[in-house]
Amino acid sequence: MVGSAPLWAVLAVPAVLAVFALTAATADAVLAARAAGQRVTWTVLAAPLAEVPRLLAAQRRTTPAPDALLWRLGLAAIPAAGVLSAVVIPFGHVTVSRMSVGVVWFNAMEVLTWAGVWMAGWGPNSVLSLVGGYRFVAQGLAYELPLMFALICAATGAQSLNAADIAAAQGHLWFAVWMPAAFAVYLVSVYAFSFLGPFAYPAGRDLAGGVAAELSGPDRLMLEAGRWLLLTSGAGMAVPLFLGGGAGPALPPWAWSAVKTLAVLGLLVWGRRRLPVIRADRYAELAWVVLIPLMIAQALAVALVVLTMGGPP
Amino acid sequence: MTNVVFWILAPLAAASGFMVFVFNSMARATIALLVSFLASGGLLIWLGLAYLGTVVILMMIMEMVIMAVFMIAYMMNPAGLTQMSMYHNKRGSLAIGTATFVLLAAGIFAAPWPHRAGRAPRDPTFQLGTALMGPQMLTMIVLGVTLFATMVAAVVLATHRGRYDRFGDDLKRRPPADPVRGGVDG
Repeated sequence: MVGSAPLWAVLAVPAVLAVFALTAATADAVLAARAAGQRVTWTVLAAPLAEVPRLLAAQRRTTPAPDALLWRLGLAAIPAAGVLSAVVIPFGHVTVSRMSVGVVWFNAMEVLTWAGVWMAGWGPNSVLSLVGGYRFVAQGLAYELPLMFALICAATGAQSLNAADIAAAQGHLWFAVWMPAAFAVYLVSVYAFSFLGPFAYPAGRDLAGGVAAELSGPDRLMLEAGRWLLLTSGAGMAVPLFLGGGAGPALPPWAWSAVKTLAVLGLLVWGRRRLPVIRADRYAELAWVVLIPLMIAQALAVALVVLTMGGPP
Repeated sequence: MTNVVFWILAPLAAASGFMVFVFNSMARATIALLVSFLASGGLLIWLGLAYLGTVVILMMIMEMVIMAVFMIAYMMNPAGLTQMSMYHNKRGSLAIGTATFVLLAAGIFAAPWPHRAGRAPRDPTFQLGTALMGPQMLTMIVLGVTLFATMVAAVVLATHRGRYDRFGDDLKRRPPADPVRGGVDG
């Protein structure tokens, strides 16, 4: 690793990420309760946290002739991808890994879910689960290129692949303001790599849970926690890439990072209940015919601005 | 500390590469190859080539997952889904593989490595690229475009439904005749 950080910081990443993810899951539970016409009680608020010991204690489902090695490996890879992608996200002034190519690392760790979800679908030797795993690969082929171009736009704007440098380059104007298409595509892609909301297709209800169809107990906890950790990591990375990082008046940088991360998370959790699930083949067409050309045009515009002005505005 | 990283990742890369031929399942063999590539990518990062290492990790995950899908799909019968042997000519391939590994490993010890002159830059990716292909940069760029054009042409030739199937002989049919309705053009 390039750059070094104190050892406690490495342990802090999963802890901080888990607290934000739990906050998001709790907000989601509240929205679900309100949509169902229930009163928001302490039971509703504690439900996501109470789910953790319940799943840890629950019996693990077994299937005939599973590929247990790939199954467990895949399930472990999903939360691991969420945590590993977060080590390059600057939180205020602190970044655990000051790797020079943080954006590429984030992208690589988010792509780890491709292997994770496919293995988790393959493992249990079950049709619905297998279809779910394949659906994620199809979805990946659709969302990945627009997402990569959105990341390239932010990196081009700051002329750096380091997330902290990108945040520092937005002293005058947030990238979300002058590269709105890249920001929008990035946010949509966060749903896609955490397969939540409109991109819950690999774990769709039409497949009896798809990749999660055969999961119970700790296995289900790994998958569900992994999805929320990925969503949280995606929301956290949106802050240095497009929303100016920890910069802001009055409050210290870490507080601004937290506020902005929670704002993006809130938007994503709220939108998750407002948007219908989209099939991967339909999104593939939209992504390849509309979004990739749009993103290339966005990257060109960013490059021209940086070239003519000698830097970001 | 740094040697610990090497002694974890290097044997992992070699062992999981070997496991590709031991596993009797397409899926496991592919993932074993992926683990080998991930360990190699980690070694590149450990050597200070952060960009190259990360790109190896990024590309290899995508490529191996897509390769798994295609290998399982193209295996005759349900062999991709069930157990199967991963090699033909077991003894020959084992001998060739071991000999190649020994030869390359011997090269590491036999080569007269130069001593470091000056200090390495923070990210030596650019220097590595220039050293590897410096005078041949134009050739490599032309080669890249040629390869890409070949891929596009191969897809165009292989697709069984082109624009004349979708939009009719005069390309005027709207909406196009697609097997699945919906999408961008109806």
